[in-house]
Amino acid sequence: MRLPNCLTALALLAVVPMSALAQAPAPQAAPQLVRAAVLRVDTPELPPISRLELPPEDIGFAGARLAIDDNDTTGRFMGQDFEAVEVAATPDTAASELDRLLGEGIRFVVLLADDATTVALADQAGDRALVFNAAARGDALRGEQCRANVIHTAPSHAMLADGLAQFLMWKRWPRWFLVHGSHPEDLALAEAYRRAATKFGAQIVEEREFTDTGGARSTDSGHVQVQAQLPVFTQRAPDYDIMITADEHGVFAGYMPYHTWDARLVAGSAGLVPRSWHPALEAWGATQFQNRFERLANRPMREEDYQSWLALRMVGEAATQTKSADPVQLRDFMLSPDFQVAGFKGQKLTLRDWDHQLRQPILLTTGLLTASVSPQDEYLHQTSPLDTLGIDRPETACTF
Amino acid sequence: MRHAFAILLLTTIATPALANKVYVSNEKGNDVTVIDGDTLEVLGSYPVGNRPRGITISPDGKELYVCASDDNLVRVFDPETMQELHTLPSGPDPELFVLHPSGNPLYIANEDDNLVTVVDTKTHKVLAEIPVGVEPEGMGVSPDGRVVINTSETTNMAHFIDTESFEITANVLVDSRPRFAQFSDDGSRLFVSSEIGGTVSVIDPATQEITKKITFEIPGVLPEAIQPVGVRVTADGKKIFVALGPANRVAVVDGDSLEVTDYILVGQRVWQLGFTPDQKHLYTTNGNSNDVTVIDVATNTAVKSIPVGQQPWGVVVAPN
Repeated sequence: MRLPNCLTALALLAVVPMSALAQAPAPQAAPQLVRAAVLRVDTPELPPISRLELPPEDIGFAGARLAIDDNDTTGRFMGQDFEAVEVAATPDTAASELDRLLGEGIRFVVLLADDATTVALADQAGDRALVFNAAARGDALRGEQCRANVIHTAPSHAMLADGLAQFLMWKRWPRWFLVHGSHPEDLALAEAYRRAATKFGAQIVEEREFTDTGGARSTDSGHVQVQAQLPVFTQRAPDYDIMITADEHGVFAGYMPYHTWDARLVAGSAGLVPRSWHPALEAWGATQFQNRFERLANRPMREEDYQSWLALRMVGEAATQTKSADPVQLRDFMLSPDFQVAGFKGQKLTLRDWDHQLRQPILLTTGLLTASVSPQDEYLHQTSPLDTLGIDRPETACTF
Repeated sequence: MRHAFAILLLTTIATPALANKVYVSNEKGNDVTVIDGDTLEVLGSYPVGNRPRGITISPDGKELYVCASDDNLVRVFDPETMQELHTLPSGPDPELFVLHPSGNPLYIANEDDNLVTVVDTKTHKVLAEIPVGVEPEGMGVSPDGRVVINTSETTNMAHFIDTESFEITANVLVDSRPRFAQFSDDGSRLFVSSEIGGTVSVIDPATQEITKKITFEIPGVLPEAIQPVGVRVTADGKKIFVALGPANRVAVVDGDSLEVTDYILVGQRVWQLGFTPDQKHLYTTNGNSNDVTVIDVATNTAVKSIPVGQQPWGVVVAPN
C-alpha cells in the first residue's frame, strides 16, 4: 500500500463511526503481497511543439498509482496488498535499475521505454519477470521481435492506423496524402498506414517525407517560417481527401492543420488522432475514472498513464480472480483464454495469444473531444470485432 | 390565457394526486421529466441540480429523492409541485441509492469515494460511511430490510451489508462491472447484473452463493453490445426484466427456468427500469435516444416511446 493511502485511511478514521470501521473485514492472516515495478526510461527529447503537451514529471507513474489504489481497495476484501516501485532511469542506467528490481524479487515490471530499449530489457528480464510494455508502439515488437515474457498494453502502430482507416473509409475519404517524418519510428508508422490503406481499400495518392532538420519552433518568429514553408511543402499534390501525418517525435504534424496548400483536413499524428486514451472521454463510466485520476494527479490522464494503469489492473484482476499472489499463477491466468479486464472502453479487454497484445478499442480524438471510437460497427470479424484492428492471427510474424 | 389556466387547474383537481406519475432523471439535462402514467403524456420538466442520476420516492409518495451527483448531495422534492424541500448529505458523487422498505434510512453509493453512505431521511444526519470496493454503484435492499447490497464496478463484487451493524458480512465475486442489485419480492433470490461481463448472477442470499448465471444472445447483435444494467422482478417472481444497454433491448427472463424468453426492442442505451405500482407497465430509460419506452408487462411488448430530457438515467413511478 502506498503512503498516501495511509493519509486516506486517517481521513476515514476521522469521519467513520467505529461500528462502520469495525466491518473492514481484514482477514486474520497477513495479506498476500503482490509486488510490481514501474520502470520509465527517459530519453532526452526537445520540448513538444505545444507547451500544453509538456510531459509531466509523473507521467506513467500516476496511472500506476491509481491502479495500486484500485487494487488495494479490492484487496481489502481479498486479503491482498499491492505495491509498485517507481523508477525513472536513463538509457544508461536502465539495465542496472532493472537488475536491482529483479534482485529485490519483483516479478512484474511495467516498462515505459522506446522500442529498442523495451526489447533489450525484456531479454534481460528473461524468465525472471513478466514485462508489460506500456509505451512502445512498434509492430516489430509484436512481430518478428516478439518476446514471450512481454504483454503489450500500449496499442500497436497497426491498431492505431487501422482504427483511423476504418473511420476514414466510413466517411468515404479513401484518397490519402501521407506525410511522414524521417525518424525510424516515423517510417514504421508510415508503413502501418500503407498496410491499413491496403487492408481497408484506401489509396495513398501521394507520399512525402518531412526531414527533421531541427528547424523552426513556434517561439520567436518560428511561426512565420511555418506559415511560409508548409504550404510550399504540401503544394502540387494530386487531389486527395485527407492528409495522414506520421510523426512520432512531434516535429511537424502539430503545425500541419491550416497550413496545407489545399484546404484539407489532417489526421494521424495531428488533427484527428488515434489514441488509447483521451481525458475528455465520458462514456462507459470513464467520467468517474477520470475524476479519480485527476484527484490523485492534479492533471488530466495521458495515454502512458492509462497504459500503465491497465498493466497493473491486469495484475490486480488476476490476483482477485485466482485469489493468489503467486507470480507464476498470476502470469498463467493472465495468458489464459479465461482472462479479461475492464478498461472503461465499453467492452472487456482480452489478450491475443499469438503476440500478447491487449485487444482494445481505439479512440479517435480531436483536440478537446473523442470524435469516434473504432472498430466501426460495419467491420465484422469471426472472432472479435477488436481483431479488425492490428495484426490478426493469420498475419502474425510472432513465434514465441 | 387565464381561461386555459382555469382548465388546467380543473384537470389537476379531477385526477387523484400522484396517480401513477412517472419521474425520469436526465443526467445531462440537469432536470427531471414528469410523465402522466395514465395518458403517457409529459406533464413538464423541472430543474433538480447537477448531473441527476439515481432517483427514488418514499413509500408514502411524499418525498422524491434525486442523486445530484455533481452537487455531492441528495436533493429532496415534493413530487406534486417539484419544489425542493431540503437536501440530504450524501458524501461525494452519489450515483445510486436505495431506501429502506420503511422509508428510512437511505443507502447511497458514492461512486468516486468507494463508500456507501447511510443517511437518516428524517433527521438528515449521516448514520454511517461504509468502505466498499472501487466505484460502488448498484444498491439493493432485502424485502425484510435486514440486508443492503452494494456492487462495486471495478472491484467486481456484491457486498452484503447488515443494516443493523453497518458491517459487511459477505462479499461475492461476480462478472465485470456489476451495475445493479435487485432482490425478488420474497427475498429468496438476488440478481446482480454485470455490464462488461454480459451476465446476470443469481445469488442465494442465504448462502451468498451464485446459483446461476443468466447469459444473453441476440441474433444480429454483437456480444460486446449486450451489457446488462437495470433489473426488475415482478411481484410474483415469474418474470425478470433486464435492460441490456447498447443492445437496445430489454430481456425477459422466465422466473422458473431462469432462461430468456423474449427480447423487447426499446430505445438506445437502455439502463434503468421502473414498474408502475400495479406492475402493468415497465418504464425504461434510453440514454442515447433521449426517451423512455413504456413496456406492457403482460404481453412483453413496447407500447410507446416518450421523448424526455437529455440522457435519461433513472426512473421511478409514484406509489398509489
